[in-house]
Amino acid sequence: MPRPPFLRAFVSPAALCALGFVAAMAAVLQFSLRAYIPGSLEPGGLTLTNFAALLRPLYGRVFLDTVWICFITAVCTLVIGYPVAYALVRAKSAFLKSAMLIIVVTPLFLGEVVRTYSWIVVLGNNGFINTVLLKLGIIERPLQLMFTAFGVVLALVHVTLPVMVIMLAAALSHIDPDYERAAESLGAGPIRAFVTVTLPLSTPGIVAGVTTAFAWTFSAFATPQLIGGGQVNMVSNLVYQLGFASFNFPFAASLSVAGLVLAFGMIALLRTALKPLESVGPH
Amino acid sequence: MRNPRASTWAGAAGAVVVGTILAFVLLPGLVVMIAAFNARAILSFPPESWSWRWFAKALAYDDFRTGFRNGLIVTGWASTIALLVGAAFALALDRYAFPLKRTIEGVLLAPLVIPHFTIGLGFLILAAELGATRGFAVVVACHVVLVLPFVLRSVYISLRNLDQRLELAAASLGAPPARVLTTVTIPLLAPGLVSGWLFAAILSFNEFTASLFVTAQRTQTLPVAMYNYVREYADPSMAALSVMYIVATAIILILANLFLGLGKVLNVEESR
Repeated sequence: MPRPPFLRAFVSPAALCALGFVAAMAAVLQFSLRAYIPGSLEPGGLTLTNFAALLRPLYGRVFLDTVWICFITAVCTLVIGYPVAYALVRAKSAFLKSAMLIIVVTPLFLGEVVRTYSWIVVLGNNGFINTVLLKLGIIERPLQLMFTAFGVVLALVHVTLPVMVIMLAAALSHIDPDYERAAESLGAGPIRAFVTVTLPLSTPGIVAGVTTAFAWTFSAFATPQLIGGGQVNMVSNLVYQLGFASFNFPFAASLSVAGLVLAFGMIALLRTALKPLESVGPH
Repeated sequence: MRNPRASTWAGAAGAVVVGTILAFVLLPGLVVMIAAFNARAILSFPPESWSWRWFAKALAYDDFRTGFRNGLIVTGWASTIALLVGAAFALALDRYAFPLKRTIEGVLLAPLVIPHFTIGLGFLILAAELGATRGFAVVVACHVVLVLPFVLRSVYISLRNLDQRLELAAASLGAPPARVLTTVTIPLLAPGLVSGWLFAAILSFNEFTASLFVTAQRTQTLPVAMYNYVREYADPSMAALSVMYIVATAIILILANLFLGLGKVLNVEESR
C-alpha cells in the first residue's frame, strides 16, 4: 500500500491540539501538588497538604451532595427523556418529528446562563410559579423554590434532557419497529411488547445516556451557583470560589483532581451496575 | 395486532405524557418571553403593562455589546480552527493507520466527559505557567479543544456515508490526490463540514463555565457578561436578551433542519 497522501498534514494539527489539552490537564495535576502561599499567585513547593485538607467534613459534604444531585438528575432525566425519545423516533408525521426535535434540541444550544436565568424567573419569590399560585389563592405566601436542592435539580434536569433524548433516540432509531409488531402479533399487548422487546434492546442507549447525563451534571456551574445561591454547593462552585475569591489555586486544582477521580469512579460504578441490563440487550 | 383498543389507549396516554414533558421543556422560555415585555422592573404575571424598553436597554448595555463582539472574535477563530483540524483528523481516522491513532482520538474526545471548570482551570494555569497574558489566544485555544469532539463526530458521520468509489474513479481518471480531495471529497462532505462548523460555532459562542475561568475583563464573552449581569441586577434586560437568544437559536436550528436534516446530523434517524 502506498503511503497515504497528506497523512502528516492531516494528523499533526490534531496531535498538537491533543498535546495542548494534555498540557492543560497536567498543569492542574501539577498545581494540585503545590503549596499555597497566601497573598501570592505563585505556588510553593511540592506537598500533599491540599489532598489532606480535602478530608475535612466540609468538603466531604460537598462531594456527597454533588454525587447525589448528579445521580438524581440522571435518573429523572432518563425517566422523562425516554418517552420523548420514543415518540421522536416513532412519530409518523415528518412535521411532528421535526417540531419535537427542535423543541428538544434548542435548549441545548442556548448555553447554561440563559437557561438558568429562565429558571430564576420561573422559580423566584416574584417568579412565575409563585405569582400564579398566589393569584389563584392556592398558597398564601410564596413557596421557597430558589436556593433549594429541589430548584437546582429541576433546572439541571431541564439542562440535561436534550443530551439524554439525543442518546436514547440514537439507540431507539436503530431498533426495527417490526420486532415490536412481531411481539404484538404473537399476542403481547403494546405495554408488554415494549417492556419485553424495545426496552431491553435500547439498553446501550440507556447506559450511554445515564453516564453522559451524570458527567454533564457534574460539570454544571451556573445552575447550582445562581439557583443554589450558596445554599446548594457542588464541586464546581467550590473550585471557582477557591480560585477567584481566595486565589488559592493549588487547592482549587486538587479539588478538581479529586472531583475528576470521583466522577470517573462513579461513572465506572454506574456502568458496572448497569452491566447486567446490557446482557439482555442485543448480542 | 390483536387488541387495537389497548394500543389506542396506550397511544393517547403516551401523547399526554410526551405533551406534558414538552410543555416542561418550553415553560422557562415562554415565561422569559412574558417577563421580557413586562413594562415594570419588578416581575409580575401576567404583566400589568407591556413594553419594548428592556430590549432597547439590553441592546444599549456596554458589557453586552463588548461581550457580543468578543464572542464573535473567539467563536470565529475557534470554530474555524476546530473545523480545519477536526475535519482533517476525521479523514485520517477513517482511512489511515498511523501511530498513536486511538490515543490522539481518545484525548480529543475527553473534553466531552471532563468537567468544563477543570478544563478552564487547566488552560488558566497553563497560560500563567507559560507567561502568556490572558488575551484572546488562551480563550480560543480552550474553545478549540472544547468544540473539537463535536466537529469530529459530525464529519466522521458524513465520511461513513460517503461513497469512496467516487474518489477511486477520479483517481483512476488521472486526478492527483490533491485534486481528488478538492474536487470530490470536500464537496461531498460539505453538509457534514457545514453542520460541524455550525455546531462548533453555536457551542463556542455559548460556552460559559470554561470561559469564566479563561477570560479577563477585556476578553469577556457574552455568556460571562450575562452571568455578571444576573448576579448584580434583577431588571428584565436579561430576559429581553434571552428572548433574542432563544429566537436566534431556534431560527438557526430550523434552517439547519431544512437544509442539513438535523435528525441525520444528530444521528437520531437512520440515513438510508
